[in-house]
Amino acid sequence: MSVLRLLWAGWIFHVKSLTLSGFFILTSVLQPIIFASVAYFMFRAGARPGTLLYVALGAGMMGIWSSTLFGSGGAIQWQRWQGTLEYCIAVPPPFLLVIVPLTLATASIGLYSLTATLLWGWIFFDVPMEITHPLAFAVALPVTVLGLGLLGLVLASTFILYRNANALSNLLEFPVWLATGLLVSLSLLPAWVGPISWVLAPTWGINALREAAIAGNPWPEIGMCLLLGAVYLVIGHFALRHFERLARERATLAIA
Amino acid sequence: MRENLRVFFVGGYISYRALFNWMHWTHYIPTMLGAPLFQVLFFAYVGRFAQLEDDTFYVTGNAVQLSAMAGVYGMAMTIGGERWTQTLSPLLATPANRLPLFLGRSLPLIANGIITSAFAFCVGALLLDFNLPAGQIPALAVVVVASAFACTSLGLVVGALGLRGRDVFFLANLVVFSLLLFCGVNIPLDSLPGWMQAIGRALPLTHGIEAAREIAAGASLSDVSNLVWTEIGIGVIYAAAGFGLFRLFEFEGRRRASLETI
Repeated sequence: MSVLRLLWAGWIFHVKSLTLSGFFILTSVLQPIIFASVAYFMFRAGARPGTLLYVALGAGMMGIWSSTLFGSGGAIQWQRWQGTLEYCIAVPPPFLLVIVPLTLATASIGLYSLTATLLWGWIFFDVPMEITHPLAFAVALPVTVLGLGLLGLVLASTFILYRNANALSNLLEFPVWLATGLLVSLSLLPAWVGPISWVLAPTWGINALREAAIAGNPWPEIGMCLLLGAVYLVIGHFALRHFERLARERATLAIA
Repeated sequence: MRENLRVFFVGGYISYRALFNWMHWTHYIPTMLGAPLFQVLFFAYVGRFAQLEDDTFYVTGNAVQLSAMAGVYGMAMTIGGERWTQTLSPLLATPANRLPLFLGRSLPLIANGIITSAFAFCVGALLLDFNLPAGQIPALAVVVVASAFACTSLGLVVGALGLRGRDVFFLANLVVFSLLLFCGVNIPLDSLPGWMQAIGRALPLTHGIEAAREIAAGASLSDVSNLVWTEIGIGVIYAAAGFGLFRLFEFEGRRRASLETI
């Protein structure tokens, strides 16, 4: 019970804190709206029919990924800069339980993106808002956020080993948008991209949302998102332990 | 005159060295070359999926747009960074002429924009269906230089606004993303509503991209000279506006003692 309380309190705190950041408002609202508008115009002018809801969901998901990537990728570094990393590690609960609410919060902030792009598309581009399976959509959404948040845990615990985590975040925004099929059918990409896309939660998350919203059976994709989330949790757990041990051994915990 | 040239060249060089000290190659390569590579690929594949235009359209649009990245972010970092590191006041306390002081800082950024742009064209040629006859390269280079200059001028405006605004990087991001929307980078300009086309025509890049696409289609430099001169003219107007804003905010910053408020 105390674990759930810790996760809940941490998540609420970080969501409030991130909501006050101008950078996060940009990455989670303005940037997705601009990219969504570019995508709406491209698909409206293009020859492919009936794809605007498909595009709206993809553009929203792009925002969730950006928010997770920049928020989680720099999560530990931020704690360092703020001088709170030592406290986060010194408190009695495991470091994992301190960081997970933060990475989940960065993915949750991305929900602003999805809401913003769907509303934007509905108001200005006549994107149809009929959801075929509302219940499945209501399940797919938090599961997708959970999957991305736990992927964020892997980013947080591995990017810290790289000095310029921001640069890595800059690098990984477009390729993941592309490789997870957010605006492009994966069948158009080279075959070797397939295995990469399978291990990324956004691939299954966006498929689940699209199947629930447009047509199809989203439950296998929801299951894959949960499975990948569990794998990310295990990887994140070991990566954080490795980081913590190295930082203690080398006395580099507070070195920004 | 000699003093001004020294401030222009030596000051610009030292400022750029400082930028590189903050921006190590491990930061430069992923940001200035890695991200552009994937931007070109992303929009080319989205274009293929949307069945809108061919690869040449996206490679040309994005490669020219990428010259904006160095100019806008670089100028924002140059001026905003001085404020952030608390070196703006000593800099403005010097008697140096402001025009060469800040235009000198823009020169390396224009070069940086050209490098990023050239890299993006190479990516298009190697990984996508983009073919440019060798004879067209010099004309395309002229267009890229004109666009990089115009975008760096826009960056000067952003940097100047950074003297007043609290978060210059937020503004720089917003401007770079907006260029993607308004300047016909990935959308044919005539597909946009009239008011968006009007905004686009008043921004750097729009005419440069149009000229670059015509050159990629076989036009000569003289065929697109009107577009190139318009791009340069827009750049001059933004540079003048940026410099004017800079002097205004410098004066205001002194009066209100807000130069180093962050």
